[in-house]
Amino acid sequence: MTITARFLGATAAVALLAGAASAEPGLIIDLGGKFDKSFNESAFNGATRWATETGGTYIETELANEAQREQTMRRMAERGANPVVVLGFANASTLEKVAPDYPETMFAIVDMVVDQPNVQSIVFSEHQGSYLVGMAAALTSKTGTVSFVGGMDVPLIRKFACGYAQGAKAVNPDITVIANMTGTTPAAWNDPGRGAEIARSQIDQGSDVVYAAAGGTGVGVLQAAADAGVFSIGVDSNQNYLHPGSVLTSMMKLVDQAVYDAFTTHAAGTFEPGVKVMDLANGGVGFAVDDNNKDILSADAIAAMEAAKAKIIAGEIAVHDYTSDDTCPALTF
Amino acid sequence: MDLNTILQIFDSTLRLATPLLFACLAGLFSERAGVFDIGLEGKMLISAFFSAAIAFTSGSVWIGLMAGLLASLVLSLIHGVAAITFRGNQLISGVALNFLASGLTVLIAQNWFAQGGRTPSVEGAARFQEIALPFVETLRPVPLIGPFYAEVISGHTILVYVGLASVVLTWWVLFRTRFGLRLRAVGENPAAVDTAGISVVRLRFAAVMICGLLCGLAGAFLAVGLNAGFVKDMSAGRGFIALAALIFAKWRPGLALVACLLFGFLDAVSIRYQTISLGGMVIPSQFMQALPYILTVVILAGFVGRAIPPRAGGEAYVKER
Repeated sequence: MTITARFLGATAAVALLAGAASAEPGLIIDLGGKFDKSFNESAFNGATRWATETGGTYIETELANEAQREQTMRRMAERGANPVVVLGFANASTLEKVAPDYPETMFAIVDMVVDQPNVQSIVFSEHQGSYLVGMAAALTSKTGTVSFVGGMDVPLIRKFACGYAQGAKAVNPDITVIANMTGTTPAAWNDPGRGAEIARSQIDQGSDVVYAAAGGTGVGVLQAAADAGVFSIGVDSNQNYLHPGSVLTSMMKLVDQAVYDAFTTHAAGTFEPGVKVMDLANGGVGFAVDDNNKDILSADAIAAMEAAKAKIIAGEIAVHDYTSDDTCPALTF
Repeated sequence: MDLNTILQIFDSTLRLATPLLFACLAGLFSERAGVFDIGLEGKMLISAFFSAAIAFTSGSVWIGLMAGLLASLVLSLIHGVAAITFRGNQLISGVALNFLASGLTVLIAQNWFAQGGRTPSVEGAARFQEIALPFVETLRPVPLIGPFYAEVISGHTILVYVGLASVVLTWWVLFRTRFGLRLRAVGENPAAVDTAGISVVRLRFAAVMICGLLCGLAGAFLAVGLNAGFVKDMSAGRGFIALAALIFAKWRPGLALVACLLFGFLDAVSIRYQTISLGGMVIPSQFMQALPYILTVVILAGFVGRAIPPRAGGEAYVKER
C-alpha cells in the first residue's frame, strides 16, 4: 500500500518535472481574431512580450469557429503546452470538461471562473474600470446623454455597461444612459456595420460619448462616432490612437499582463490554480491617458477619475458588479 | 415618438436595406435564369475585401470599387463554370464559394496588411462620402416632404441611390427587353429557349455575371460605404437574408425593394428600441432581434400566398441524353 502510494507519488513528481522542464506555454486565441485591436490582441501582446523578454517560445493557435474549442484545447495539452491559456467566457464549459483529463497540465482561463484543481481563473473587475470611464463620459458630455454599445448580449458585457452607467450617474444623476447590444450570437463580435448603425442611432438620440465594449464590432462604433464628430471610449487595449481627437479614453483591461503573469509564474514555479482577480488596486483595469487624448480629456476629469479610483481601492465607493446578482441598479436592459 | 425619431429610423432603414437590396437583385437575376445562388454571401465578402484593400492602397474609392466588382465577377465565373458548363450541383458550388471567400479574404488580408485579416481603415477619397441632394434647403420648409427629403432621401452615399435605381433598371431589363424575356424563359423552360435557337448556356452565364456585378456593389457598399475597411466575415449573413427576401418578394424586383426595406426597417427598429415596455410588460431585446425572421415566416405562411420559384431553378440544362 505504502509502496504503491510512494510509487504513484514519484511517478507524479517525475511527470510534473518532465512537464515543467520541456513545457512551452500555449495560448489559444479566441474568436474575434488575433488582431481585433482589443481583447485578443492584448493577450497576444502579453505573450509576445514574454517571448521577447525571456527569449522563450510559446505555442499559439487561433480558433476559427465555435466547434473547434474542445479539439484545440485538447491538442494544445497533448502537444505538451504548459500552461495553456484560453481566452474568453465562452471556453468555460469546454475547459470544465477538458481540464480533468490533463491533470498535469496547468490551464488559465481569462474572464470566467472554472473550478478545477489545475485551472487558474483570471477575472477582471471591468465594472470598476467602466465606472471610471463612465465618469469621464459624464464629465465630457454636453448633451446630458451618453451611450454604450455592447457586443454579444452576455452577463460579462452587461457588467461593463452597468459599471459605465453607475459612473456616469455618480457624476450627473440626471444623465441619460442608452445601452444597446449588437446581437445575441458570437457574430455580434464581428459586425462593425451593425455597430456603426447602432452608434448612429444613439448619436441621433443625443448621445455625444459612445462607449464600445464589442470586440471587432467596436471598430465600426468608434468610426461612426469619429464620422459624426462626437466622442467615443475604447475598450480592453488602448484604442486612443485609432481616432485621435475622437476617442476620449480607453477602458484598459490588461489581458496582456494576465497572460504574461501566467507564463512567468509558471516558469518560476509559482503558478497558482484558483481565482485571480485583476482590479483597480493591482492595476488589472484602468483608463488610458496618452498624447492622443490629452487635448480632449480635461485635467478636471482626470483628477475626478483618479480621486474615484482611490476611493474604490479604499472601499469607500462600492461599484455594483452585474454578474454578482444579474441586476443593475443604474440601468435596465 | 416624434417626427424626428421616425425620420431617423427611415434614414437608418435605407442604409440597412441597401446591401440587402443589391444582393437580393443579384439573386433575382441568377435564379430567374434558373441558377440558384447560395454564394451571394461569399461574393459580397470578397468584393468587400478587395474594394477596401484596393481603395486603401490606391487612395481612390472608384478603383477600389472596380477591384471589388472584378473579384465578385471572378467568383461568379467559377460558379458559372461549375454549375452551368460542368452541370454541377448549384447549391454545393455556392456553399463552396462561401467557404472560399471567407477563408481567402482573411488569408490575403493577413499576407498584405498583417493586421490579422483586416484591412487598415480607409479615409477621405478612399471612402464613399455622403452626398447632399440638390434643393435640400429650398424644400426644407415644406411640411412633411421637406424634412423627409432632407433627412431620409438626401445625405447617403451614392451607392444607395444606385441601389434604388437598379430596382427600376432590373424591372425594365427583365420585363421590357428581349434579353429579359429570354432570361426569364431560360429559368422556366430552357428546352423551349434552346429549340428557338438561343444559347441557354450563354444566357445563364450572362445572368450569373450580372449577379456577380450586383453582389460586388453590395460588398463595396458594406466595406467602403457603410464602414471604413474590411473586417473578417463582415457580411454577417446578409447574403442569406437577401435570399429570404427574394422568396418573400416572389422573384419580382418591385417586391424585392419592399421586402428589403421591410427587413431594413425591422432591423432599424430593433436597433433603436432594443427593449420596448408595454405597460408593465417588457419585450426583451432578443425578441426584437428575432422579429424580422418571425415576421418572414408569418408573412410567407399567411399573406404572400405561394411563392413559386422559377420552374427550371436548380437544374443544369442537359441538351440531349
